[in-house]
Amino acid sequence: MDPGRRHLLRTGAALAGSVLTSGASRSSELSPGRVVVVGGGFGGATAARYLRLWGGHIHVTLVERNTGFTSCPMSNLVLGGYSRMGDITRTYDSLSALGVKLVQGEVIAIDASGRSVRLADGTALPYDRLILSPGIDFIYDLVPGLLPALAGGQIVHAWNAGAQTLALRRQLEAMPDGGIFAITIPKAPYRCPPGPYERACLVASYFRQTKPKSKVLVLDANPEIQSKKALFERAFAQYHAGILEYWPNAELKEVEGNLARLEFEDVKADVLNVVPPQRAGDLARKAGLVTVNQRWVGVHWLTMDSTVAPGIHVLGDATFSAPQMPKSAHMANQQAKVAAAAVIQLLKGEPVNATPVVMNTCYSFITPQDAIHIASVHQYDASERTYKTVPGSGGVSAAANPMEGRYAHAWAENIWADTLG
Amino acid sequence: MVAIKTLRVCIPAILLTGALSSFAALAQDTHLARNLAATCASCHGTNGQARGDMKPLAGMAAQQLMEAFAEFKRGARPATVMHQIAKGYTEEQIGLIAGYFAAQPAQH
Repeated sequence: MDPGRRHLLRTGAALAGSVLTSGASRSSELSPGRVVVVGGGFGGATAARYLRLWGGHIHVTLVERNTGFTSCPMSNLVLGGYSRMGDITRTYDSLSALGVKLVQGEVIAIDASGRSVRLADGTALPYDRLILSPGIDFIYDLVPGLLPALAGGQIVHAWNAGAQTLALRRQLEAMPDGGIFAITIPKAPYRCPPGPYERACLVASYFRQTKPKSKVLVLDANPEIQSKKALFERAFAQYHAGILEYWPNAELKEVEGNLARLEFEDVKADVLNVVPPQRAGDLARKAGLVTVNQRWVGVHWLTMDSTVAPGIHVLGDATFSAPQMPKSAHMANQQAKVAAAAVIQLLKGEPVNATPVVMNTCYSFITPQDAIHIASVHQYDASERTYKTVPGSGGVSAAANPMEGRYAHAWAENIWADTLG
Repeated sequence: MVAIKTLRVCIPAILLTGALSSFAALAQDTHLARNLAATCASCHGTNGQARGDMKPLAGMAAQQLMEAFAEFKRGARPATVMHQIAKGYTEEQIGLIAGYFAAQPAQH
């Protein structure tokens, strides 16, 4: 059978089982093409939105397993009791209003040669270009006992915001005064480098106010604090002395209920919060897109498409980061715009931007009011085909301050709006 | 009022004329200004339509934004983060960004 006929048959079968109508396929003749975006986090939602803002009549379908959007950034404020879930939860309604077709479901297979994805309910969605923003999944088998402890609900990770955030908040509320909250940090790279240290600070703030005899123990697999190091060290010493204790080179080896086994000692916590070792989301792995260290997706940075799968673009935390590039919501939002611009150009057969720029700004609260930031600007380097930070640019706060606490809230409002509408 | 409006329209036009000649090599993609300005949108809102405490950039005169960047770069303007971010962009890129935001309708 010739490839063209095979493609036709596959497309026909896909359409027969899908929700797409003949009207949709007819109108696609007037459109530059069809793009399916999988994953409605910061990367995927931004890509879908900017494809519609910039791409004219492009057909955009966003597949997301959850009914709404929950933000990881700002979720540590919920853990501390300083914000509510409603504050970090948004709908996809504005994306729908912009013409993005929302599909709630789970992608279980990608047919790269046939250019179609299949959902768990059997629906097939054909595409001209596919954008995956699968986020991270956890490597459970590196820590014996972790999966059963998480599955049984004795411990939570809260490294995806939502039900896990609420579960950890409830555990903290139920913990008696004098208890120990231990958070374990995996070896880098992991999602949101400063996130665990911010979490430790906000839980310590909560304890100081309501359970002052309690302790926060930060068990870091890394030899030192991974982001805003001097500022967090100062925060630990100035604001959280007597409550918060930081242990470097304290890699979690095994979990037994609330017991964290390290190399040389065991830590019995009242509330154990394990941030598990991470890799690209399972969808990317199943699709054979993981090319770096058996964990991350290699991408061409001009277009964000996979180095091994033509037509499939990958965004955000799942990618093998360029030097000094954090796995952050802000960076996913930025990469999504590079991808959206490139996909539109490719569908139109026009050259892509040869000099893209991405930048990152990340705020961390070290008390409920005071925040610190880290910022960086990354210019594309054509000779090395990657992004490089600009010498002399970027940096961190001079000191924690309440003004940046207000900016952190404003940052969140603006990036949520830029991502979701 | 009329004078101010005229000024706002003229300055970006003059700047862009300069940009077209000196930055021709950079601007091989006609969407370059839009793409660069989008890097600001994560904090300053889509097309510069900001919310809350963030400075709206939509409709800002190009000269004003370029001067602000220059002052951020040399540390002459109070900043928490913009002095660090400004140093990451070239003069050419800042010109394109300023022209893009100047052409956006000002925020209501």
